[in-house]
Amino acid sequence: MIKIVKRDQPSRAIFFFTPVLAIILTLVAGGLIFFILGFKPFEALKFFFIVPIADKYGFSELLLKATPLCLIAIGLSFCFKSNNWNIGAEGQLTFGAIVSGGVALLFYEQEGFYILPTVILAGAIGGMLYASIPAILKTYFNTNEILVSLMLVYVSKLILDYLVVGPWSNPEGFNFPETRQFSDSAKLPLLFEGLRIHAGIFLALAAVVISWFVFYKTYLGFQMKVSGFSLKTAKYAGYKGKKMIILVFLISGACAGLAGVGEITGPIGQLHREISPDYGFTAIIVAFLGRLHPVGIIFASLVVAITYLGAETAQIFMQIPKYTGQVFQGMILFFLLASDYLLFFKIKFIGLKK
Amino acid sequence: MHKFLIRSFVSSLVLLFTLTVAAVAKDVKAAFVYIGPTGDHGWTYQHDVGRKAVEAAGFKTTYVEGVPESADAERVLRQLANSGHDVIFTTSFGYMNPTNKVAKEFPNVKFEHATGYKREHPNVSTYAARFYEGRTILGTIAGTMTKSNVIGYVASFPIPEVIRGINSFTLAAQKVNPNIKTKIVWAFTWYDPGKEAEAAKALIDQGADVIAQHTDSTAIVQMAEKAGVYAFGQASDMDKFAPKAVLTSVENNWGPYYVDRVKAVANGTWSQKDTWHGIGDGMVVISDLDSQMPADLRSKVKKLQADLASGKVHSFTGPIYDQKGNLMVAEGKTADDGMLAGMMTYVKGVEGDIPK
Repeated sequence: MIKIVKRDQPSRAIFFFTPVLAIILTLVAGGLIFFILGFKPFEALKFFFIVPIADKYGFSELLLKATPLCLIAIGLSFCFKSNNWNIGAEGQLTFGAIVSGGVALLFYEQEGFYILPTVILAGAIGGMLYASIPAILKTYFNTNEILVSLMLVYVSKLILDYLVVGPWSNPEGFNFPETRQFSDSAKLPLLFEGLRIHAGIFLALAAVVISWFVFYKTYLGFQMKVSGFSLKTAKYAGYKGKKMIILVFLISGACAGLAGVGEITGPIGQLHREISPDYGFTAIIVAFLGRLHPVGIIFASLVVAITYLGAETAQIFMQIPKYTGQVFQGMILFFLLASDYLLFFKIKFIGLKK
Repeated sequence: MHKFLIRSFVSSLVLLFTLTVAAVAKDVKAAFVYIGPTGDHGWTYQHDVGRKAVEAAGFKTTYVEGVPESADAERVLRQLANSGHDVIFTTSFGYMNPTNKVAKEFPNVKFEHATGYKREHPNVSTYAARFYEGRTILGTIAGTMTKSNVIGYVASFPIPEVIRGINSFTLAAQKVNPNIKTKIVWAFTWYDPGKEAEAAKALIDQGADVIAQHTDSTAIVQMAEKAGVYAFGQASDMDKFAPKAVLTSVENNWGPYYVDRVKAVANGTWSQKDTWHGIGDGMVVISDLDSQMPADLRSKVKKLQADLASGKVHSFTGPIYDQKGNLMVAEGKTADDGMLAGMMTYVKGVEGDIPK
């Protein structure tokens, strides 16, 4: 007989096991979907998850794809750990890219060592400015940060549209919606000849290390943890909640802004309408799949990055519709949320006693 | 022994011959990169129809749909070039820079970029269609069929391609009905059924009884059907989505060009080109004319179509004035391709300003 029993307290082992379970379930369900669609499930899964990263180039593309996801998810984990629901990382990414792109355009056809750091800093500030809007509205006017941050995503995309169609469009570009190409001094250096992986990966790794330190070694990290468990307790303990809310939003915005910088000064090299395939939203899945833990987020960003690459490979070699990549991302989150049930309940198999 | 030698000599000759033939008639593989889903019944759908024509001509093809114009485009292109494709068609403007970048790394692969202007390497060609010729036909129909003399036009982005279409449409409509006004709503999207439907609704509310579109979804013709006004299909024959509203469609017909170019790759005769084909070359096709149109209009349109194809009529024949009344094209002259490629001013009769 099977019996479901409530746990006295959430299991820590299960806490780190459920993401793995979610990935396994996603693979099984994915294989099943491929089978139903008439594809060989194992071959399809191979083209989805192994072929795209089987060579050096493929692996570098995986890292390139995982970099913005990891960076944003690290930033988001500051918010999510402390009960602040920043859903607008995509907007902060876009606004960071706008500000840093604007600075990069100011330095058009100029070279100098100071250009790149200025451009990067501008992106971080842009992201922080944009994240401060939901933070300030939440702390001083009690607005709902989920709605405000989400709606601001669309505002940022419209601002970007306006700029690349209008005042910032390339004067030699027949009015097509794109800016000029940035000068080399405004671009992140490539790490290897012939590969697209760029210095932005160090920003992501630095964010991982710093966040681990803050989460587990500082007073701020402890405050965030307490606020995450119970806002009332945090208040009772006398924490200055407003300051913390604004701080975590600023950190989150800076990370998203830097991810935007990485895209436009890395592989893209200019501003145009489509700078991010919704990294800001996908990073929410990454943050939760990584259990808001810096190391977990590294692994989660790699797993989710594969779903992007795999979808392309599967279409090229097996004619599987590319949109299955999004199906996989959805399934991972779905199974993760579903298997979290095991955190609070356990399944007991009660054998018939002889 | 002697016989054996001869036999083996002959058989090795045969083998050699087969190998050589196989090497010459090397299987050419073509790849297509799409911005949207193949089921959009607009831009991407028509490119995929073209791809199927290439398959029907006996070549292998691959496609990748929904490729964003972000950093991802470059990876998809590189992967296609790396996996044995000999010619790659990139079918959206935003692939221009990635196409040229990857073309540099793969000099033996041919690249064909739709609607762009950069051909930085000898293995990059560009191609586009003279859709404005189709819009001359639509303008003629709209100017005749309108009763309110207000014609709505849902536009995508203020680029020369779209401005040219608006102008060509308006000039043709004015020719048959000097009192018409063209009202524009900019949707700032190529494909967003929700936004497009809203734009169409706004135009209908302002009294437009014929709606033209330069965006890709079927939402506008469906909105027109509901409101009981006329509309025109874009990119593919949209008659089945709105049988009462759609008077005709301007179809993008890429098949002949694609087959031609892939064959050129197979024969080794491919060379860099900048192609701009219209009704005459069959790249722009006018769908069946709806029976709601009076018979004399239909025969007039048929004649116009033939004249555009033969070059007897040009969509931009002077005198053409801009909104302020300045002469753009003198009487008896026609606009040259340079002027058309950079066209960024409205002609007289178009309402509003080009968004800056």
